[in-house]
Amino acid sequence: MAAKPKKGTFMADNKQDNRPLSPFMIGQYYRPQWTSMTSIFTRITGLSLLVSALMIVWWFVAASAGPDAFAVANGFLTSWFGDLVLFLSTWAMWYHMLFGIRHLIWDSGRMLEVDQSELYAQAALVGSVLLTIFVVIVL
Amino acid sequence: MAFMTDRKRAAGLGSAKTGTEHHWHMMVTSVALVPLVVLFIFTFGAVLGSSYEEVIAYYQRPFPAVIAILTMLVGFNHFANGVRATIEDYTGGMTRKALIIGMTCLSYTAAAFAIFAIVRIAL
Repeated sequence: MAAKPKKGTFMADNKQDNRPLSPFMIGQYYRPQWTSMTSIFTRITGLSLLVSALMIVWWFVAASAGPDAFAVANGFLTSWFGDLVLFLSTWAMWYHMLFGIRHLIWDSGRMLEVDQSELYAQAALVGSVLLTIFVVIVL
Repeated sequence: MAFMTDRKRAAGLGSAKTGTEHHWHMMVTSVALVPLVVLFIFTFGAVLGSSYEEVIAYYQRPFPAVIAILTMLVGFNHFANGVRATIEDYTGGMTRKALIIGMTCLSYTAAAFAIFAIVRIAL
């Protein structure tokens, strides 16, 4: 493969400005909206759930290995730090679920109007907090 | 100056031509995960904090064990495909390939360890 030509070598380079690119637009160039902010947080919550998922895998593996290994993993998960991670993950889980359902609704061709989408976003945000509080009370 | 135009530069870089299967897969796993995750939160959450003996006895019951196995299996599958979309959105070239392969391997490894452990406890 030939070496990458320098910028300015091609005719089309005239139009290659250093313009801002999606997805790094929110805040700097776009006013944050309910739709865009709740959308990016769906992705962030989904990715961050890996942390607690791996903690739970460790917990299961330790439980299968025996009482000593279990004591270490269980001690970590039930420590204040483990509790905090699992608490935040519970919220992330509800959030990701409620906003994932929004995608399923959108895919069915419904609630595509901006006002409906914003209403769902606000309701689902409140819902995710309430469901998290419910889990904390019940469990 | 070479006559490289925007049209020429864009040729071949368009839509991936595929992706319907990926999207459908995300829909199937997300729908499946709605009941699974709710059941997992309330079964795992109920036993977390109990003693070793109680945890072992709990996961020897078929219902909590199957819920946990399915949540790990479908959950990590959903994660592998979800993180793939994220990687494809933000990276390119060798970084993209390395991250997709790495995260896919991590997902299946984690799922396999979890399922092996749950089966070992249950049997």
